Amino acid sequence: MMRKTIASTVLVLALFTPLVDAGGPRGEAQAQVQFGIDVAQKGLWKEALYRWEKAVELDPKYAAAYNNLAIAYEHEGMFEKARKAYDKALELDPKNVSIRQNYDFFKEINDRASRRNPR
Amino acid sequence: MTARAAVTLASVVAALAVGACASTFEIPLETPIQPKIDTSPFERVLVVGFIAGGSEDVDVNLETVRLLRSQLRTKSSMKVIEADVISLAELAADRPRADGDAAPAQTIDPKTLPKQIKDEKDLAAYDYVFANANYWKKLGEEFQSPLIVTGTILFTPNASSGFVQHDREVIDQYGRRTSEPVRAYMERKGFILQPKFVFIDGRTGAILNSEVFRESVLYNPNQDTPALSSYFELMDRLIPGFLGTLTSQKIRGTRVLLK
Repeated sequence: MMRKTIASTVLVLALFTPLVDAGGPRGEAQAQVQFGIDVAQKGLWKEALYRWEKAVELDPKYAAAYNNLAIAYEHEGMFEKARKAYDKALELDPKNVSIRQNYDFFKEINDRASRRNPR
Repeated sequence: MTARAAVTLASVVAALAVGACASTFEIPLETPIQPKIDTSPFERVLVVGFIAGGSEDVDVNLETVRLLRSQLRTKSSMKVIEADVISLAELAADRPRADGDAAPAQTIDPKTLPKQIKDEKDLAAYDYVFANANYWKKLGEEFQSPLIVTGTILFTPNASSGFVQHDREVIDQYGRRTSEPVRAYMERKGFILQPKFVFIDGRTGAILNSEVFRESVLYNPNQDTPALSSYFELMDRLIPGFLGTLTSQKIRGTRVLLK
Protein backbone atom coordinates (compact mmCIF):
# COMPACT_ATOMS: atom_id res chain seq x y z
CA MET A 1 0.00 0.00 0.00
CA MET A 2 2.76 2.39 1.09
CA ARG A 3 4.87 1.46 -1.90
CA LYS A 4 1.92 2.18 -4.21
CA THR A 5 1.35 5.57 -2.63
CA ILE A 6 5.00 6.57 -3.05
CA ALA A 7 4.95 5.43 -6.65
CA SER A 8 1.85 7.53 -7.33
CA THR A 9 3.44 10.54 -5.63
CA VAL A 10 6.52 10.32 -7.82
CA LEU A 11 4.31 9.97 -10.87
CA VAL A 12 2.19 13.01 -9.97
CA LEU A 13 5.25 15.13 -9.21
CA ALA A 14 6.76 14.12 -12.51
CA LEU A 15 3.55 15.10 -14.30
CA PHE A 16 3.36 18.54 -12.67
CA THR A 17 7.00 19.42 -12.99
CA PRO A 18 7.18 22.14 -15.66
CA LEU A 19 8.33 20.82 -18.95
CA VAL A 20 11.46 22.87 -19.08
CA ASP A 21 14.30 22.36 -21.43
CA ALA A 22 16.85 23.47 -18.86
CA GLY A 23 19.55 23.85 -21.44
CA GLY A 24 17.50 25.83 -24.04
CA PRO A 25 16.91 29.58 -24.13
CA ARG A 26 13.31 29.28 -22.87
CA GLY A 27 14.47 27.19 -19.90
CA GLU A 28 17.14 29.71 -18.94
CA ALA A 29 14.73 32.59 -19.50
CA GLN A 30 12.11 30.88 -17.32
CA ALA A 31 14.65 30.54 -14.54
CA GLN A 32 15.39 34.28 -14.78
CA VAL A 33 11.68 35.10 -14.81
CA GLN A 34 11.03 32.95 -11.73
CA PHE A 35 13.95 34.53 -9.89
CA GLY A 36 12.66 37.97 -10.87
CA ILE A 37 9.21 37.13 -9.47
CA ASP A 38 10.73 35.94 -6.19
CA VAL A 39 12.76 39.11 -5.69
CA ALA A 40 9.95 41.43 -6.85
CA GLN A 41 7.70 39.87 -4.22
CA LYS A 42 10.34 40.86 -1.67
CA GLY A 43 10.36 44.42 -3.00
CA LEU A 44 13.71 44.15 -4.80
CA TRP A 45 12.49 45.68 -8.04
CA LYS A 46 15.85 46.70 -9.48
CA GLU A 47 17.09 43.11 -9.26
CA ALA A 48 13.81 41.89 -10.77
CA LEU A 49 14.20 44.38 -13.62
CA TYR A 50 17.69 43.08 -14.33
CA ARG A 51 16.48 39.46 -14.35
CA TRP A 52 13.58 40.16 -16.71
CA GLU A 53 15.79 42.17 -19.04
CA LYS A 54 18.04 39.13 -19.15
CA ALA A 55 15.05 36.85 -19.78
CA VAL A 56 13.93 38.77 -22.88
CA GLU A 57 17.49 38.80 -24.15
CA LEU A 58 17.65 35.03 -23.77
CA ASP A 59 14.22 34.46 -25.28
CA PRO A 60 12.86 37.41 -27.29
CA LYS A 61 9.55 35.57 -27.85
CA TYR A 62 8.70 35.14 -24.17
CA ALA A 63 5.54 37.22 -23.62
CA ALA A 64 5.41 36.71 -19.85
CA ALA A 65 8.95 38.07 -19.49
CA TYR A 66 8.00 41.22 -21.43
CA ASN A 67 4.88 41.63 -19.27
CA ASN A 68 6.92 41.43 -16.06
CA LEU A 69 9.57 43.72 -17.49
CA ALA A 70 6.87 46.29 -18.31
CA ILE A 71 5.63 46.15 -14.71
CA ALA A 72 9.18 46.69 -13.39
CA TYR A 73 9.63 49.67 -15.72
CA GLU A 74 6.34 51.08 -14.43
CA HIS A 75 7.58 50.72 -10.88
CA GLU A 76 10.71 52.68 -11.80
CA GLY A 77 8.68 55.41 -13.52
CA MET A 78 10.11 54.54 -16.97
CA PHE A 79 6.81 54.86 -18.78
CA GLU A 80 8.02 54.86 -22.37
CA LYS A 81 9.98 51.65 -21.86
CA ALA A 82 7.00 50.14 -20.03
CA ARG A 83 4.71 50.93 -22.95
CA LYS A 84 7.09 49.32 -25.45
CA ALA A 85 7.43 46.20 -23.29
CA TYR A 86 3.63 45.89 -22.93
CA ASP A 87 3.23 46.35 -26.68
CA LYS A 88 5.73 43.56 -27.29
CA ALA A 89 4.05 41.27 -24.73
CA LEU A 90 0.67 41.79 -26.41
CA GLU A 91 2.17 41.30 -29.85
CA LEU A 92 3.51 37.91 -28.72
CA ASP A 93 0.40 36.88 -26.78
CA PRO A 94 -2.54 39.02 -27.93
CA LYS A 95 -5.20 36.94 -26.16
CA ASN A 96 -3.61 37.03 -22.73
CA VAL A 97 -6.16 38.64 -20.40
CA SER A 98 -3.64 39.39 -17.63
CA ILE A 99 -1.32 41.31 -19.97
CA ARG A 100 -4.27 43.24 -21.40
CA GLN A 101 -5.50 44.12 -17.91
CA ASN A 102 -2.03 45.24 -16.76
CA TYR A 103 -1.71 47.37 -19.89
CA ASP A 104 -5.10 49.00 -19.34
CA PHE A 105 -4.15 49.99 -15.78
CA PHE A 106 -0.82 51.30 -17.04
CA LYS A 107 -2.42 53.35 -19.82
CA GLU A 108 -4.75 55.02 -17.34
CA ILE A 109 -1.80 56.18 -15.23
CA ASN A 110 0.36 57.05 -18.22
CA ASP A 111 -2.41 59.22 -19.69
CA ARG A 112 -2.66 61.07 -16.40
CA ALA A 113 1.07 61.62 -16.21
CA SER A 114 1.46 62.78 -19.78
CA ARG A 115 -1.75 64.79 -20.01
CA ARG A 116 -1.09 67.84 -22.11
CA ASN A 117 -0.64 71.01 -20.23
CA PRO A 118 -3.68 73.21 -21.03
CA ARG A 119 -1.69 76.43 -20.80
CA MET B 1 -1.56 4.69 10.24
CA THR B 2 -0.74 3.78 6.66
CA ALA B 3 -4.00 5.31 5.49
CA ARG B 4 -3.27 8.54 7.38
CA ALA B 5 0.21 8.70 5.85
CA ALA B 6 -1.31 8.20 2.43
CA VAL B 7 -3.80 11.03 2.99
CA THR B 8 -1.03 13.39 4.20
CA LEU B 9 1.15 12.50 1.26
CA ALA B 10 -1.74 13.07 -1.13
CA SER B 11 -2.35 16.53 0.38
CA VAL B 12 1.33 17.43 -0.02
CA VAL B 13 1.25 16.24 -3.62
CA ALA B 14 -1.89 18.25 -4.30
CA ALA B 15 -0.32 21.39 -2.80
CA LEU B 16 2.85 20.91 -4.80
CA ALA B 17 0.84 20.33 -7.94
CA VAL B 18 -1.14 23.53 -7.46
CA GLY B 19 2.08 25.42 -6.76
CA ALA B 20 3.70 24.02 -9.86
CA CYS B 21 0.72 25.03 -11.98
CA ALA B 22 0.47 28.62 -10.61
CA SER B 23 1.65 30.88 -13.37
CA THR B 24 0.21 34.22 -12.28
CA PHE B 25 1.18 36.25 -9.23
CA GLU B 26 -0.71 39.36 -8.19
CA ILE B 27 1.64 41.99 -6.84
CA PRO B 28 1.02 45.44 -5.33
CA LEU B 29 2.63 48.24 -7.32
CA GLU B 30 3.29 51.89 -6.52
CA THR B 31 3.73 53.82 -9.74
CA PRO B 32 5.59 57.10 -9.31
CA ILE B 33 4.24 60.14 -11.16
CA GLN B 34 6.78 62.86 -11.68
CA PRO B 35 5.79 66.48 -11.00
CA LYS B 36 5.00 68.61 -14.04
CA ILE B 37 7.46 71.28 -12.99
CA ASP B 38 11.06 70.75 -12.00
CA THR B 39 11.12 72.60 -8.69
CA SER B 40 14.77 71.78 -7.93
CA PRO B 41 16.04 75.27 -8.90
CA PHE B 42 13.71 76.83 -6.31
CA GLU B 43 14.29 76.87 -2.58
CA ARG B 44 11.23 78.99 -1.90
CA VAL B 45 7.67 79.25 -3.09
CA LEU B 46 5.52 82.36 -2.99
CA VAL B 47 1.76 82.00 -3.26
CA VAL B 48 1.23 85.63 -4.07
CA GLY B 49 -2.49 86.04 -4.68
CA PHE B 50 -5.21 85.43 -7.23
CA ILE B 51 -7.54 87.42 -9.38
CA ALA B 52 -10.80 86.24 -7.91
CA GLY B 53 -14.44 86.71 -8.75
CA GLY B 54 -17.94 85.37 -8.29
CA SER B 55 -19.59 85.01 -4.90
CA GLU B 56 -18.94 87.78 -2.39
CA ASP B 57 -19.70 85.48 0.55
CA VAL B 58 -16.13 84.19 0.54
CA ASP B 59 -12.85 86.09 0.15
CA VAL B 60 -11.65 83.57 -2.40
CA ASN B 61 -8.28 85.24 -2.94
CA LEU B 62 -7.37 85.22 0.75
CA GLU B 63 -8.75 81.75 1.47
CA THR B 64 -6.98 80.20 -1.51
CA VAL B 65 -3.64 81.74 -0.59
CA ARG B 66 -4.01 80.47 3.00
CA LEU B 67 -5.02 76.99 1.91
CA LEU B 68 -2.31 76.54 -0.70
CA ARG B 69 0.40 77.87 1.61
CA SER B 70 -0.67 75.44 4.32
CA GLN B 71 -0.67 72.52 1.85
CA LEU B 72 2.75 73.45 0.49
CA ARG B 73 4.18 73.78 4.00
CA THR B 74 3.53 70.08 4.65
CA LYS B 75 3.74 68.54 1.19
CA SER B 76 6.58 70.39 -0.52
CA SER B 77 10.27 70.65 0.25
CA MET B 78 10.30 74.35 -0.66
CA LYS B 79 10.15 77.02 2.03
CA VAL B 80 6.81 78.80 1.91
CA ILE B 81 7.19 82.58 1.98
CA GLU B 82 4.78 84.32 4.34
CA ALA B 83 4.10 87.64 2.64
CA ASP B 84 1.08 89.89 2.42
CA VAL B 85 -1.53 88.64 0.00
CA ILE B 86 -1.64 90.81 -3.12
CA SER B 87 -4.94 91.80 -4.68
CA LEU B 88 -3.87 91.49 -8.30
CA ALA B 89 -7.18 92.71 -9.68
CA GLU B 90 -6.88 95.99 -7.79
CA LEU B 91 -3.24 96.31 -8.76
CA ALA B 92 -4.05 95.82 -12.42
CA ALA B 93 -6.88 98.34 -12.33
CA ASP B 94 -5.02 101.00 -10.31
CA ARG B 95 -1.56 101.31 -11.83
CA PRO B 96 -1.26 99.36 -15.01
CA ARG B 97 0.98 101.58 -17.09
CA ALA B 98 4.34 101.95 -15.41
CA ASP B 99 7.03 99.49 -16.39
CA GLY B 100 7.09 96.59 -13.97
CA ASP B 101 3.47 96.99 -12.99
CA ALA B 102 0.84 94.38 -13.57
CA ALA B 103 -0.04 95.33 -17.12
CA PRO B 104 1.74 95.91 -20.40
CA ALA B 105 1.14 99.57 -21.32
CA GLN B 106 0.48 99.10 -25.00
CA THR B 107 -2.42 96.66 -24.81
CA ILE B 108 -4.77 97.34 -21.93
CA ASP B 109 -6.68 100.41 -20.89
CA PRO B 110 -7.54 100.00 -17.19
CA LYS B 111 -10.91 101.66 -17.79
CA THR B 112 -11.95 98.66 -19.85
CA LEU B 113 -11.35 96.23 -16.99
CA PRO B 114 -14.59 95.10 -15.30
CA LYS B 115 -15.02 96.62 -11.83
CA GLN B 116 -16.66 93.48 -10.53
CA ILE B 117 -15.66 90.02 -11.76
CA LYS B 118 -18.83 88.01 -12.13
CA ASP B 119 -18.05 85.41 -14.79
CA GLU B 120 -15.34 83.84 -16.97
CA LYS B 121 -15.56 86.66 -19.50
CA ASP B 122 -14.81 89.28 -16.85
CA LEU B 123 -11.93 87.20 -15.58
CA ALA B 124 -10.47 86.68 -19.04
CA ALA B 125 -9.89 90.45 -19.29
CA TYR B 126 -7.20 90.10 -16.63
CA ASP B 127 -5.31 87.23 -18.27
CA TYR B 128 -2.63 89.57 -19.65
CA VAL B 129 -1.39 90.18 -16.10
CA PHE B 130 0.38 86.82 -16.05
CA ALA B 131 2.26 87.53 -19.27
CA ASN B 132 3.98 90.59 -17.81
CA ALA B 133 7.39 89.00 -17.20
CA ASN B 134 8.87 92.31 -15.97
CA TYR B 135 6.39 92.52 -13.13
CA TRP B 136 6.93 88.94 -12.00
CA LYS B 137 10.71 89.18 -12.31
CA LYS B 138 10.70 92.31 -10.18
CA LEU B 139 8.52 90.60 -7.59
CA GLY B 140 10.83 87.55 -7.72
CA GLU B 141 13.86 89.74 -6.98
CA GLU B 142 12.16 90.99 -3.80
CA PHE B 143 11.80 87.45 -2.49
CA GLN B 144 15.09 85.85 -3.62
CA SER B 145 13.79 84.33 -6.87
CA PRO B 146 11.11 81.92 -5.66
CA LEU B 147 8.65 79.85 -7.62
CA ILE B 148 5.60 82.13 -7.82
CA VAL B 149 2.10 80.66 -7.65
CA THR B 150 -0.75 82.84 -8.83
CA GLY B 151 -3.74 82.62 -11.18
CA THR B 152 -7.45 83.27 -11.34
CA ILE B 153 -10.33 81.83 -9.35
CA LEU B 154 -14.03 82.01 -9.99
CA PHE B 155 -16.38 80.82 -7.26
CA THR B 156 -19.94 81.22 -8.42
CA PRO B 157 -23.36 80.16 -7.13
CA ASN B 158 -24.98 77.44 -9.17
CA ALA B 159 -28.58 76.27 -9.37
CA SER B 160 -30.11 73.37 -11.21
CA SER B 161 -33.59 71.97 -11.34
CA GLY B 162 -34.70 68.63 -12.62
CA PHE B 163 -35.49 65.07 -11.65
CA VAL B 164 -33.15 63.55 -9.08
CA GLN B 165 -33.06 59.85 -8.23
CA HIS B 166 -32.52 58.70 -4.67
CA ASP B 167 -33.17 55.51 -2.68
CA ARG B 168 -36.13 55.30 -0.30
CA GLU B 169 -36.37 52.69 2.45
CA VAL B 170 -39.46 50.50 2.21
CA ILE B 171 -40.76 47.89 4.67
CA ASP B 172 -42.64 45.10 2.95
CA GLN B 173 -45.62 43.07 4.29
CA TYR B 174 -43.24 40.64 6.02
CA GLY B 175 -41.40 43.45 7.86
CA ARG B 176 -38.30 43.28 5.66
CA ARG B 177 -36.43 46.48 4.91
CA THR B 178 -35.62 47.12 1.28
CA SER B 179 -34.79 50.19 -0.73
CA GLU B 180 -36.33 51.35 -3.96
CA PRO B 181 -35.30 54.14 -6.30
CA VAL B 182 -37.51 57.22 -6.28
CA ARG B 183 -37.40 60.06 -8.78
CA ALA B 184 -38.32 63.49 -7.53
CA TYR B 185 -38.27 66.96 -9.04
CA MET B 186 -35.90 69.23 -7.12
CA GLU B 187 -34.47 72.65 -7.33
CA ARG B 188 -30.94 72.33 -6.03
CA LYS B 189 -28.39 74.98 -5.28
CA GLY B 190 -24.64 74.87 -4.92
CA PHE B 191 -21.41 76.34 -6.25
CA ILE B 192 -18.91 76.05 -9.08
CA LEU B 193 -15.20 76.56 -8.44
CA GLN B 194 -12.97 77.27 -11.44
CA PRO B 195 -9.35 77.98 -10.59
CA LYS B 196 -6.51 78.49 -13.03
CA PHE B 197 -3.17 78.02 -11.29
CA VAL B 198 -0.25 79.79 -12.93
CA PHE B 199 3.31 78.89 -11.96
CA ILE B 200 5.93 81.55 -12.70
CA ASP B 201 9.71 81.42 -12.53
CA GLY B 202 10.67 84.20 -10.11
CA ARG B 203 14.13 84.45 -11.70
CA THR B 204 12.89 85.31 -15.18
CA GLY B 205 9.21 86.15 -14.82
CA ALA B 206 8.32 83.46 -17.37
CA ILE B 207 5.27 81.22 -17.03
CA LEU B 208 6.38 77.63 -16.36
CA ASN B 209 2.99 75.99 -16.31
CA SER B 210 -0.67 76.79 -15.97
CA GLU B 211 -3.49 74.45 -15.23
CA VAL B 212 -7.26 74.87 -15.24
CA PHE B 213 -9.61 72.97 -12.94
CA ARG B 214 -13.37 72.90 -12.52
CA GLU B 215 -15.43 71.38 -9.72
CA SER B 216 -19.08 71.83 -8.83
CA VAL B 217 -21.47 70.75 -6.13
CA LEU B 218 -25.25 70.84 -5.74
CA TYR B 219 -27.16 70.45 -2.50
CA ASN B 220 -30.73 69.37 -1.83
CA PRO B 221 -33.13 72.16 -0.81
CA ASN B 222 -33.20 70.99 2.83
CA GLN B 223 -29.42 71.37 3.16
CA ASP B 224 -28.18 74.74 4.28
CA THR B 225 -24.49 74.65 3.40
CA PRO B 226 -22.51 77.86 3.96
CA ALA B 227 -20.54 79.15 0.99
CA LEU B 228 -17.22 78.80 2.86
CA SER B 229 -17.87 75.09 3.59
CA SER B 230 -18.72 74.53 -0.01
CA TYR B 231 -15.54 76.33 -1.10
CA PHE B 232 -13.40 74.05 1.09
CA GLU B 233 -15.28 70.96 -0.12
CA LEU B 234 -14.48 71.85 -3.72
CA MET B 235 -10.88 72.85 -2.99
CA ASP B 236 -10.34 69.49 -1.25
CA ARG B 237 -11.06 67.80 -4.57
CA LEU B 238 -8.64 70.07 -6.45
CA ILE B 239 -5.68 70.00 -4.11
CA PRO B 240 -4.21 66.64 -5.32
CA GLY B 241 -4.16 68.00 -8.88
CA PHE B 242 -2.50 71.22 -7.74
CA LEU B 243 0.13 69.36 -5.72
CA GLY B 244 0.74 66.96 -8.62
CA THR B 245 2.21 69.87 -10.55
CA LEU B 246 4.85 70.50 -7.90
CA THR B 247 5.50 67.24 -6.08
CA SER B 248 5.87 63.62 -7.13
CA GLN B 249 2.99 61.32 -6.30
CA LYS B 250 2.59 57.57 -6.06
CA ILE B 251 -0.40 55.73 -7.42
CA ARG B 252 -1.14 52.44 -5.72
CA GLY B 253 -2.46 49.50 -7.70
CA THR B 254 -1.89 45.83 -8.47
CA ARG B 255 -0.44 44.05 -11.48
CA VAL B 256 -0.20 40.40 -12.50
CA LEU B 257 3.25 38.89 -12.94
CA LEU B 258 3.42 35.93 -15.29
CA LYS B 259 5.67 32.89 -15.37
